[in-house]
Amino acid sequence: MKKIFSRPESLKDMPFHYCPGCTHGIVHRLVAEVIDELDVFDRAIAVAPVGCSVFCYEYFDCDAYQASHGRAPAVATGIKRVLPGSVVFTYQGDGDLAAIGTAEIIHAAARGEKFTVIFINNAIYAMTGGQMAPTTLLGQKTTTTPFGRDSEINGSPVKMSEMLSVLDGAAYISRVSMHNPANVAKAKKAIKKAFEVQMAGQGFSMVEVLSSCPTNWGLSPVKALKWIEEKMIPYYPLGEFKAPSEVV
Amino acid sequence: MGKMLMKGNEAIGEGAVRAGCRYFFGYPITPQSELPHYLAKRMPEVGGLYLQAESEVASINMVFGAAGAGARVMTSSSGPGISLMQEGISYLAGAELPCVIVNMVRGGPGLGNIAPAQSDYFQATRGGGHGDYHLIVLAPASVQEIVDLMQDSFDLADKYRNPVMLMGDGVLGQMMEPVDLGEEKILSIPEKSWAATGRMKREKKNLINSLYIVPENCEVHNIKLGEKYKLIASGEQRWEEYRTEGAELIMVAYGTAARVCKAVADLCKAEGMPVGLIRPITLWPFPGRRISELAETAKSFLSVEMSMGQMVDDVRLSVNGKKPVHFYGRVGGMIPAARDVFNEVQFILSGGAR
Repeated sequence: MKKIFSRPESLKDMPFHYCPGCTHGIVHRLVAEVIDELDVFDRAIAVAPVGCSVFCYEYFDCDAYQASHGRAPAVATGIKRVLPGSVVFTYQGDGDLAAIGTAEIIHAAARGEKFTVIFINNAIYAMTGGQMAPTTLLGQKTTTTPFGRDSEINGSPVKMSEMLSVLDGAAYISRVSMHNPANVAKAKKAIKKAFEVQMAGQGFSMVEVLSSCPTNWGLSPVKALKWIEEKMIPYYPLGEFKAPSEVV
Repeated sequence: MGKMLMKGNEAIGEGAVRAGCRYFFGYPITPQSELPHYLAKRMPEVGGLYLQAESEVASINMVFGAAGAGARVMTSSSGPGISLMQEGISYLAGAELPCVIVNMVRGGPGLGNIAPAQSDYFQATRGGGHGDYHLIVLAPASVQEIVDLMQDSFDLADKYRNPVMLMGDGVLGQMMEPVDLGEEKILSIPEKSWAATGRMKREKKNLINSLYIVPENCEVHNIKLGEKYKLIASGEQRWEEYRTEGAELIMVAYGTAARVCKAVADLCKAEGMPVGLIRPITLWPFPGRRISELAETAKSFLSVEMSMGQMVDDVRLSVNGKKPVHFYGRVGGMIPAARDVFNEVQFILSGGAR
């Protein structure tokens, strides 16, 4: 019988610690598949954040670093400047990248640092117990916005892909979603393109992935995917915000 | 090569380059500016990188990445910037990454001023960031010593896989002195088989990490670090002695304050007063063993600092109650005057106490 699906080699054979219905596992698999397909496992380097995906260094079988909260882009800068032949990616959540690490992500993009950022936007701080994230939607209830996010108090959600795409150093910026299989397939294409842009030395690349958090959203896994489609995508439109005319 | 005149801050840069450092990440702050200026020009000449970061927080994390990749790497700053780096320094210590951090100390607290001070002694020697860790802290007192200690800094960092801090101040950074750079040495930089450089067919993955989520494992890690610090504490204490033989009063001072105290020791000699100086070169590990020995023969100690009294705690711990330990300090960017320290010495020797 023909084998049509298997675990990518860049991913270790071990159970994820993620909650049921969380899409981190899918994104991990997509990144690992891209590393396999581009045949860069031996020069791939992962930089893990602080947040739910802090243990992603356990799952990716390549060399890895665990960075302090928000500083993965600075750590990746140090790595890539020393090892220009490596293929470096950071894996960061919305609290890590869009709140505490805002300065680091903006300046890494501005410098055109040649690494790839996988940015998981699930509109919440999940690991610490469901607090408001910079990407939390207006009206969204979290443990620190029990009456729903109010723009008068908390301002409005931050659109990182739009912000970063105005910087000259950013070569590829794309937003994708995990809410159904067709979009998962599109996400993989975007991740692959981001890695290719890095390998071609064209500049900074980031893929923002709209992801679900059934646990902290208080929704079933199926309803959570529906919530991405109905609530998140209208505010965070999908698509390429910046792309080189061709990947060399 | 003969002697040449160099500014202290530039000597740090040249010393680093000669020690094989090829990566510098930093953020502008006074009074260490001549160092980044120097390296911005010098690094490209030797195929290295000078990169200006968006903040000290970013600088120290760039150092984390570069050190993890196996490079000889450094950053430099002054008080406020070093405070911003503390989280990153704790991560470097936790992940056991070798690097060199320069602190050209200025007056504090807060924005303080840009004049020379030694008020970051506690921060440097007690850890500074969170968790149980130590930096190796070196305190040069001349431009020549800066050059020599830069080589040692990188070697010690690699030997123990530990961040090293070089502590100076605005005086040492700004003053020009003749230095002998010596011949360029063939460097022996140890193989870093632990570095995370991409697996390149390596059997096991390398991980740069300070996270030990299971308490049992984190305890094992802390005990391992503790054993390393014990080894450093017993093997790496460095100091210089000046006129300590037969001295009844021994001044303890480092860096710029030690230069003043050397002049005081000479003044005392001329007056026939038995006064010596012990100058710690390593602030951590503190040269307590020698001070403890000297406490057998000396009658009292005087810690002279550009702070409200920080190193004096270590002097007291070393003397361990055997003899009185006095303190004299100037603060806020003021430097002790030799005449004032001399008067204090005279006061103590005449049996005075404050």
